[in-house]
Amino acid sequence: MKLLKASLSLAITVALLWALQTKFGDIPVLGNLLNPVSGFWQNAESKNAKINDELSLPGLQGAVTIQFDERRIPHIFAGNDHDLYYAQGYITARDRLWQMDIQTRSASGRLAEVIGDKALETDRYNRRMGMVYGAENTLRGIMKDPVMKQVIEAYTDGVNVYIKSLAPKDYPIEYKLLDYKPELWKPINCAFLLKLMSQTLAGGSDQFAMTNTLNKFGASIVKDLFPDYPMFESPIIPAGTKWNFKPVAIPQPSKSFLAQTSDVNTRQKVEGIGSNNWAISGSKSASGYPILANDPHLNLSYPSIWYQAQLSAPGVNVYGVSLPGAPGIVIGYNQKISWGVTNVDASVLDWYQIKFKDAAKTEYWYNNRWNKVTRRIEVIGIRGKKPLYDTVLYTHHGPVVYESADKKTEDAPDNIPVGNALRWVAHDESDEFKTFYLLNRGSNYNDYREALKYYTAPAQNFIFADADKDIAITPNGKFPLKYKEQGKFIMDGSDPGNDWHGFIPYEQNPTVKNPAQGYLSSANQSSTDPTYPYYINWHFGGYERGKRINDRLAAMQNATVDSLRILQTDDYSIGAQDVLPTLLRYVDATKLDAPQTDALKTVSVWNKHFAANAIGATIFDLWWRKFYELTWDKAFSDKKEPLAAPSRDRTEKLLLKEPASKWFDDKQTPAIETAGDIVNKAFIAAIDQLIREHGDQGQDWEWGRIKRMSVTHLTRQAAFSSGNFISGGTGSTVNALIGGHGPSWRMVVQLGPQVKGYGILPGGESGNPGSFYYDDMLPTWKDGKLDELLYLQSADEKSSRIKSTLKLKGK
Amino acid sequence: MILFAAILALTFISGFFLPWWLAALIGLVLAFLIRTNGSAFWSGGVAVALAWLALALLKSFPNQHILANRVAKLFHLPNWVFILGVTVVIGGLVGGFSALSGSLLRAVVGPGNQPKPATAK
Repeated sequence: MKLLKASLSLAITVALLWALQTKFGDIPVLGNLLNPVSGFWQNAESKNAKINDELSLPGLQGAVTIQFDERRIPHIFAGNDHDLYYAQGYITARDRLWQMDIQTRSASGRLAEVIGDKALETDRYNRRMGMVYGAENTLRGIMKDPVMKQVIEAYTDGVNVYIKSLAPKDYPIEYKLLDYKPELWKPINCAFLLKLMSQTLAGGSDQFAMTNTLNKFGASIVKDLFPDYPMFESPIIPAGTKWNFKPVAIPQPSKSFLAQTSDVNTRQKVEGIGSNNWAISGSKSASGYPILANDPHLNLSYPSIWYQAQLSAPGVNVYGVSLPGAPGIVIGYNQKISWGVTNVDASVLDWYQIKFKDAAKTEYWYNNRWNKVTRRIEVIGIRGKKPLYDTVLYTHHGPVVYESADKKTEDAPDNIPVGNALRWVAHDESDEFKTFYLLNRGSNYNDYREALKYYTAPAQNFIFADADKDIAITPNGKFPLKYKEQGKFIMDGSDPGNDWHGFIPYEQNPTVKNPAQGYLSSANQSSTDPTYPYYINWHFGGYERGKRINDRLAAMQNATVDSLRILQTDDYSIGAQDVLPTLLRYVDATKLDAPQTDALKTVSVWNKHFAANAIGATIFDLWWRKFYELTWDKAFSDKKEPLAAPSRDRTEKLLLKEPASKWFDDKQTPAIETAGDIVNKAFIAAIDQLIREHGDQGQDWEWGRIKRMSVTHLTRQAAFSSGNFISGGTGSTVNALIGGHGPSWRMVVQLGPQVKGYGILPGGESGNPGSFYYDDMLPTWKDGKLDELLYLQSADEKSSRIKSTLKLKGK
Repeated sequence: MILFAAILALTFISGFFLPWWLAALIGLVLAFLIRTNGSAFWSGGVAVALAWLALALLKSFPNQHILANRVAKLFHLPNWVFILGVTVVIGGLVGGFSALSGSLLRAVVGPGNQPKPATAK
């Protein structure tokens, strides 16, 4: 009896311990997560951090001093480049290790290893898109450059020394939640971060949809509805800028392209994803020196996308934001220069229809003969299961992402055409970090131009200003040399005339320096006016933000940092300015009921600002969307295959200049509808929807309450996210806050004898939800304010803002 | 009382450098070695629960419970006190069952198996 009791009790104890350490489905391992010895409690950071700390680390060559300011931003002072990047790696890992891990896992198709089956399709997609292939090529490019090889290796060593110092209780909380361990950092992970950026910013495509549209409607309609230059534009390189180079030969359209267009997504691009940057010259500023501003827009997440740091060593003293997991500063300033980036919507990703010889798919037709297909085996680890061996076929173009319909599973993105090879600039050997390495050390315009030469992808509009009073902007990257419209549609992969014909020479990428207007800007719109001799793309981001920025900058005199800060949070809608008067003119007020009449009054007197409390903004936004849908949805939606719909710009043209267009006519009614009919129908539909969803017109109709906006943790756990908050702005206003998307970093830099930088992150420096520095900057960011950035001249410069010091030395 | 104090002290101290599940081994071994008049389950349970409470609060107070509040939300609990409660209960169960097992094993094979003279008390 005693024995039975003892055995039973022992069995319960063992079972309890087993259950507390075992993963059941998606539930965290409770014992490991909740125990106070090594569980989440250990991630609770004390408010009272050590003021002075000293560490001996293996591999450091000399002493490094790191000063932390009140936002716990590190100011790193090292004796040489090696120690500088080593310390950057060490400190970044200390704040952002899990983020570095999960982002490189995502890029490299290794999520399923830690979260199991449900990430398998994402992993397969990333592998089949050639993310690993591209990262391997980029790493080769980096390693060929002795300087960058040292930088990457020192950074990697710093990260790994930190990882090796961790006991399980020190692991970031996400490891405990998901129940896995950090692994050592590898140089290729830095390259994966570049690939991830390319995927986010230059990895979308609509060729599949465009080709379907072409096949359905024919070339003349496509030519009319999908023009190669918008009606409204305010190009990045000011219109009329002269091109002072002799262009190389422009390739001729291929025979197969001409045949395709003589009347016969990856992810879909989302309107409103983009960024702003601008610089004003001394002639416009109160100080007589240039001021530069940049706010790159991305899906806002916790941990913050960017990591602020000051990096100083002999020959360099730079401040700005870095990508956690990559050495150097990507956007920032030093004593002499400042620079920033926005995305260029360049045509750098193309699809090629492949004709295989037979079912074995070992050869494909190209240049009038059969060519060998190479095979690359991707081994995808899956938690709790055997790995999946996925074979990807490669042609000289690149990987055939889904060679047959059965390879494309239900969860795969719609816009990937089956049987097509992918040619993507992100697959090429490259050395982008070199650009940032050189900019970090740059002191004038020539250094800026030199640095840009090394940049491949994702193409960016590099804005520049310096203490010599120069300003400049260059849409920059490796742009394929193409015939006009090459890659607008899926191409015939057997025709060598469709291959990329080399690249636009770097020095001939569009660029402008010190224009008479005294300012330069970019907001993802067309790089140039139509006189630029080369083809970069047929469509770019909408012009609205760029137009507003240029209008404001043109009017500015004696501008200060604050003038530019206020412009960063400007919510005036150029879209409304362009179409609202016409929409209002068409409304037949006699046909409206009382609530609709009230709504019409509200939107008629609206000042066109997407302010958080603006009801007019809500009405206009929905009205326009209904108008757009009523105009295009019937013709351009297809359940079977994706179709491309005309742009906002083309729709505006239809409304303003072609009110009798056949696209307004509803073929199901005997009457012939015109723009006015659709405008009225759209208005009534919009107001009915608002009343249905939000009651009578009132506070619930305010734009900031209608719009969803939050900063979300990478695990999507609400508990670690900001939650929805009220904010102004929308995708097409300068303050482009919409659907969790917005300025991932705001920066304004006043150049001059003593440079002064201002900036803010929508989050904080620490990636730890248990840190006081996880989201401490968010309130300031929400208010549209900036912190004055602490730019130290030396390791021992005194400042009341230095809150703690960490000294590192070799072991 | 000795058993309770011993488990409490060892669990708390080992919490700074040994894996958490050693609390179970501590409870088991100590309850096997130390005779108690009271309930071994409650001695072990309350001891580990208290040790865990102390270890958790040592971390959470200087943190102003920001992390404990977030983790509570993750488990759909109102605030940090509740997640602390769950932690303490888990510790208590581990401590309780292991100490109970230890004392029952003692009853079968251990040093306390032979009846001792009353004076030994």
